[in-house]
Amino acid sequence: MIIEHPLLGPRDASEFTYLGDASMIERPDPDAPDAADAFYDYLHIRDNPAGEHRELWFHEQGDRSWLVVTRNTLTHQILNVELARDVALKARRAKK
Amino acid sequence: MKAHRISGGLIDRTKPLTFSFNHERYQGFEGDTLASALVANGIKLVGRSFKYHRPRGIFSAGSEEPNALFQIGHEAHQEPNCRGTVTELYDGLEATSQNHLGFLSHDLLAVNDLLSPFLSAGFYYKTFMWPKSFWEKLYEPVIRSAAGLGALSKRPDPDVYDKGYLHCDLLVIGAGPAGLWAALNAARAGARVIIADEDFLSGGRLNSERFEVDGMPGTAWASKIAEELQAQDNVRFMTRTTVFGSYDHGIYGALERKTDHLLESNGKPRQVLWRIYSKRSLLCSGAIERPIAFGNNDRPGIMLAGAARTYLTRYAAVPGQSVAVFTNNDDGWQTAFDFAEAGIEVKAVIDTRSDCRKIAPEGAMPFYGDQVIDTKGRKGVNLALLKSGAGVECDFLAVSGGWNPALHLTCHQRGKPQWNEAINAFIPSPDLPKGMSVAGAANGSLTLSAALEEANKEAHAISEDLGFKTKSSPAPTASDEAYEGAPFWYVADSKSRAFVDLQNDVTSKDIALAHQEGFRSVEHLKRYTTMGMATDQGKTSNILGLAISAHYTGKTIPETGTTIFRPPYTPVPIGAFAGRSRGKDFRPTRLTPSHQWASKNGASFVETGLWLRAEWYVKPGEKGWRDSVDREAKAVREGVGICDVTTLGKIDIQGRDAGTFLDKVYTNTFSTLAVGKVRYGLMLREDGLAMDDGTTARLGETHFVMTTTTANAVLVYRHLEFCRQCLFPDLDVHLISTTEEWAQFAVAGPKSRALLEKIADNPADLSNGAFPFMACGEIAICGGLKARLFRISFSGELAYEIAVPRRYGHALFERLIKDGKAFGVVPYGTEALNVLRIEKGHATANEICGQVGAQALGLGKMLSSKKDFIGKTLGKRPGIAETDLRLAGFRPLDRNRILTAGAHFISNGQTASLENDEGWMTSVAYSPGLGYSIGLGFIKNGDKRIGEIVTAFDAVRDNSMDVEIVSPHFVDPEGERLRG
Repeated sequence: MIIEHPLLGPRDASEFTYLGDASMIERPDPDAPDAADAFYDYLHIRDNPAGEHRELWFHEQGDRSWLVVTRNTLTHQILNVELARDVALKARRAKK
Repeated sequence: MKAHRISGGLIDRTKPLTFSFNHERYQGFEGDTLASALVANGIKLVGRSFKYHRPRGIFSAGSEEPNALFQIGHEAHQEPNCRGTVTELYDGLEATSQNHLGFLSHDLLAVNDLLSPFLSAGFYYKTFMWPKSFWEKLYEPVIRSAAGLGALSKRPDPDVYDKGYLHCDLLVIGAGPAGLWAALNAARAGARVIIADEDFLSGGRLNSERFEVDGMPGTAWASKIAEELQAQDNVRFMTRTTVFGSYDHGIYGALERKTDHLLESNGKPRQVLWRIYSKRSLLCSGAIERPIAFGNNDRPGIMLAGAARTYLTRYAAVPGQSVAVFTNNDDGWQTAFDFAEAGIEVKAVIDTRSDCRKIAPEGAMPFYGDQVIDTKGRKGVNLALLKSGAGVECDFLAVSGGWNPALHLTCHQRGKPQWNEAINAFIPSPDLPKGMSVAGAANGSLTLSAALEEANKEAHAISEDLGFKTKSSPAPTASDEAYEGAPFWYVADSKSRAFVDLQNDVTSKDIALAHQEGFRSVEHLKRYTTMGMATDQGKTSNILGLAISAHYTGKTIPETGTTIFRPPYTPVPIGAFAGRSRGKDFRPTRLTPSHQWASKNGASFVETGLWLRAEWYVKPGEKGWRDSVDREAKAVREGVGICDVTTLGKIDIQGRDAGTFLDKVYTNTFSTLAVGKVRYGLMLREDGLAMDDGTTARLGETHFVMTTTTANAVLVYRHLEFCRQCLFPDLDVHLISTTEEWAQFAVAGPKSRALLEKIADNPADLSNGAFPFMACGEIAICGGLKARLFRISFSGELAYEIAVPRRYGHALFERLIKDGKAFGVVPYGTEALNVLRIEKGHATANEICGQVGAQALGLGKMLSSKKDFIGKTLGKRPGIAETDLRLAGFRPLDRNRILTAGAHFISNGQTASLENDEGWMTSVAYSPGLGYSIGLGFIKNGDKRIGEIVTAFDAVRDNSMDVEIVSPHFVDPEGERLRG
């Protein structure tokens, strides 16, 4: 597979380490009253879609960026690649 | 006797080559394959079949070959299952036939053929069921020795393999007429083109036929186009290169055979595995002829009709002197015409079509609407019996059931082939791998002019798509006839066995049996009968099997379905996948800065991840590793020792929010740490279990240096980057791994301060007041070298760790040894390091094992209640937070006994059972100071049971014993020494 790195252009998938669902970015609020349940869901409950999936890839043999890659798990077509930090910052701003 | 070699052909008669087959010497020419050279020497019997050990001959002229498998080379170079049809002949080639016991002509296992009524599909599953005890001792060894194709040398592969990466705009797969023409047009338009073909000669079927292109003989046209392509700077022309797999996003796997056609590699790589990155690809892989199944259709001398033309036209090799042709299509007739033209006797053409009106060559008898029902001949065909009752005496029977597009690579991304009524074959699905197009016979355009027309069109479209301007120009004109045929798959009236899959000895009866027993889906059929398996992957057999299965299910072939193909198209040696990553080159070795010194001074090394670390240093007179380790550990407790701890992960953390960031990833607080101080930190995973520990020093207001364990250096760094970028993106903090940049040595023992003062540039005050326990700072040593000094202790002694830029590591280690002589300094390895930390009760990976949280480690107090940190919320789960497991120390009641790690603790008087399991021993060592074996481990309420006797149960090593629970701090529990 080839991942279109937002900063570095097309890079071979072998340069990356895979983590999993990009929902890992959305760490729950530890001070919320239901924090225990929220963290349990956050850590253990995942969708396993046949189709579009947003997932985290780490450019370990490269610039060490974490990327959010939107990939079709059936065709391996990559629909979108973003810097995970940008995604996380955007999510923060949206919350505020 | 008539000649087996005629004039003409694409062989170089000025270059004769000598080779051997079954230890007999023969001659061929440059340009021959092993198969064509055998044909030219009149050899028909080349091997025995897999299951029934029936005599078999050469069946095809390409990579689809099911029969003609050989062992090539000898000793370590010996390679089994080489298809003779694609093995390029070279001087000195040694080939032997496979799959027989004794001589090829008198195979002792041919008895299997007589037993065939008992050896049908599923025979193994049914027969060797009972008695159960017979399986291991009798059935399996016998089956194993009889089964399998070829034999390995069982010696290390002496050849070199390489890997490489290529990039192009367009990859053209196959250099037949369509591929050559498309590549030329795309190259002329300006595209960077790679064209690859598995053959050593480009031109594809043009070399086997007598077609003309643009008024020239086809072979001449092909070599002219190939020459023009090879002259272009933007073209890489790869012969002997099989594109075996289509992978995601336009990536292809290709195997180039560099020196397989030479006797000696002379150190060059034998094969190169290429990974080709293409923007577009064009599959021009041609088509593969299929046989017809009829009684005893597997005798030597029975061959695909197109292959017969290849031997005759390309190699000038005559596979038979009296020829019959059995066909269901016009193309089969071409074989009769070509052989007649070459002056070889053609006895008959048997066409299944009763409406066929083709005129047979002179002297040949046409049989319209007839079928070959059976054949005779022991080691080769000598008679074909027809359904009409006629018999045709012949020593060669060419068979054509039509052509199947070689669409394998279109399936590698799950594309499902589609049935095409016009040619009675599957053609590629429109759902092709990304960037791929198909042209020519591979796309079902089975005539030459149609193939060239399609290649012309595709090359134009692809060039435009790639952004190159092209003029649309006409395709070359070609002489060929329309391809017509009627579907016909197998002779239903054959009483004898009709072989569907020659390689696996699957007959039409096996398919009927599979159907009868319920294995009706294509996938079940394949696995039950083994049809389509092994080296040829059913290239000639799958469609026949499908057709017969369709007959029994009463469905059409497309309704019955097809198995889709997976990579690789043809076998790829494991050696090619390994490339240079063999033996010591399998992975890199990381060496510590003191490695050179250590290897000269008696060090024994241990692999820790990629690192090689000194585990102990042997002194003259020491009889075993324990002697060395005991001496080293004692020396640290009594004097001073040096240990290379460079392998510990080091992460440089800088930024205004560096302290805040550390508060998030460690359970304890670091933002309050004073500059010039070090703190021990515990890191949890988000699930609350302990992940890693280490010390972090604050070198400046915005600058920290973290250490991790050796094993977790990469994982912790990855985790920290995840936390920084994904969880806490608004913090101003940056990370970089500096593990390799700093050489770091532990200087430990009561005399460590004195040693450091000696190497320090004057004046250096390392007294307790100026540089207390857990202090850190910069220090000038050895005459101006700036070093980082940390007063931390893993051993429990007065100790330091000193770090210098890596290039000074070796020199500093030598200096410490030299200047340390006055203090009796010893270098110590990882084993002594381990003894010292167990004596002190410090945890390492044996304790921080992914199964326990802070509480069990006795570090519950490190969980800050004032802030959030990774793992805090889920670490409160009862299984972690309320566990009664506690880290404790253990010593054997009988002090002479040796503890073993992994033993489980059982209360005295209880039976050893899962219910009574109270914990486990994690680490053990012999303590030279105490004079007996000591251990650390987790046990329920360990902190409250000091002095209790329990059983350490170790049935695996038969080493159960009574042990006493003690404090995990065997040495200096108050910590006076390290503060001294």
